[in-house]
Amino acid sequence: MIEVLELNYDSVVIGAGPAGIAAAIRAQELGLKTVLVENRDLLGGIPLQCVHPGFGLHYFREDLTGTEFIYRFFDKMEKLGVEYLLKSHVHSIELVAHNEKIVNVITPQGVMRLKTKTLIYTAGARERHIFEINVVGDRPAGIYTAGEAQTLMDIYGIIPGKEIVIIGSGDVGLIMARRFALEGAKVKAVIELMHYPGGLMRNIVQCLQDYDIPLYLGHVVTRVVGKKRVEKVIVAKVDEKLKPIKGTEFEIPCDTVVLAAGLIPNLDMLEKIGLIIDPYTRGPIVNEFLETNIPGVFVAGNALVINDLVDYVVEQGELAAEGARYFIENDGIPTIDWKPVVRGRNIRFIVPHYISGKRDVILYARVQQPEKNVIVAIPEIGWKMKQFNVRPAEMIRVKLTKRLLERASSAEKISMEVIPSE
Amino acid sequence: MSERELTCIICPASCTLKVSVEPGGSLKVEGALCPRGVEYAKQEVTDPRRIVMSVVKVVGGDLPTVSVKTNRPVPKKCIQEVMKATASIELKAPVEIGQVIIKDICGADVVATRRVKKVNSM
Repeated sequence: MIEVLELNYDSVVIGAGPAGIAAAIRAQELGLKTVLVENRDLLGGIPLQCVHPGFGLHYFREDLTGTEFIYRFFDKMEKLGVEYLLKSHVHSIELVAHNEKIVNVITPQGVMRLKTKTLIYTAGARERHIFEINVVGDRPAGIYTAGEAQTLMDIYGIIPGKEIVIIGSGDVGLIMARRFALEGAKVKAVIELMHYPGGLMRNIVQCLQDYDIPLYLGHVVTRVVGKKRVEKVIVAKVDEKLKPIKGTEFEIPCDTVVLAAGLIPNLDMLEKIGLIIDPYTRGPIVNEFLETNIPGVFVAGNALVINDLVDYVVEQGELAAEGARYFIENDGIPTIDWKPVVRGRNIRFIVPHYISGKRDVILYARVQQPEKNVIVAIPEIGWKMKQFNVRPAEMIRVKLTKRLLERASSAEKISMEVIPSE
Repeated sequence: MSERELTCIICPASCTLKVSVEPGGSLKVEGALCPRGVEYAKQEVTDPRRIVMSVVKVVGGDLPTVSVKTNRPVPKKCIQEVMKATASIELKAPVEIGQVIIKDICGADVVATRRVKKVNSM
């Protein structure tokens, strides 16, 4: 007979990366009885292995490394006495009533049933793997995701190879290209399927151009070749439909392949209890409190939408905690006449999906295609922002005040669009 | 240099900056969302500098390495010198954030950016 410990909470936060830590701190500050559940043996998530600067410029108005950024939150957690569980795996979530969920957790102290009014889900994202990007061929040693390479190098101090080819030009891949180059490995190429880079322009400059690393846009790795260890990759040009062009193949000898082919929100646990997913973000459909279609279940950070700034991840964590308090105070988010937020010209996605128009909101969006000299506009409220450049890699974040939104009180929707400027 | 286009690397906004020389010889910077971009562009065309980051081995700690960075940007041509210096070091736990690991190299200090707590070995 297994003894099960039953505990009651206002809010259970799943995942102790920056979104979860920020959510747990905010929830505790708001007086909610909170616990943070993490399956690894340490708090902090990905920033703990981000040794490069560029973090905290918005949140702390300082340029910090990922490590410095996350330690500031550890200190705050400790000061507030935020309760947390490490090495604890969420087995399942049960929905009992609109204001009651049970989170079954397997912990080193035994099995726990955490009864809670609200759930804040901040389990981050997973990396897209080689079988998802149609790279065929051998499966020898020497194939890593960018995140795995980062853990090896920047937590354990192990350089996984000498001659590297990076597939995909997402930010983690670019950051790792620089780290490999700094540590004396030769980065022979970064191969990007699309005709534009996947990562931030600043990372193309300071991670690739600074170290003379060639970036092949509109190219694809068609095969990995190697017996025990990776020996080479076969690369081909792609046509406008992104299909490899026959006769354009060439070889790049290397001993290591690093995959930086993007992130996918980690939501399996919530999909099992009926979460509705937005096909464009691959995250949940949410309202302005970041509440999903399941009452009292909030999602923040990269589990909500793939962010390029940790500052936004933290902002979402805090917002979800405020949503949780509002939910508890009102025994559910009061039924409101929600206005849908819709995608206009050249907008790939926009989050949140529903707003009340009665409260300040922050919108996060990405464009579909790179474009120069444009205006980003929300026509229903007459809001406009001129931009030299918009790129899919760079998220657009817009804060709209309640006063501004009142202009759209009779509109049935809010939309964002990118239009060429004259 | 009549005109040069740069991408600002100060923050992820990645502003596209246009730097040109004014008739008087001073530098004109367009396209920056903040004054730091103007500063960056002027620095980049005259004396490019970068923050350098790495990890350094630690013995007896709860993590096997501590992450480090230069506390200010160093000239681009000095990057390898900093990397060589950090590669040859081994530290003993504990290490605190901000602790100086190498003093005065290429006009900067190398400082710790992670905390490594001491653990008692068996």
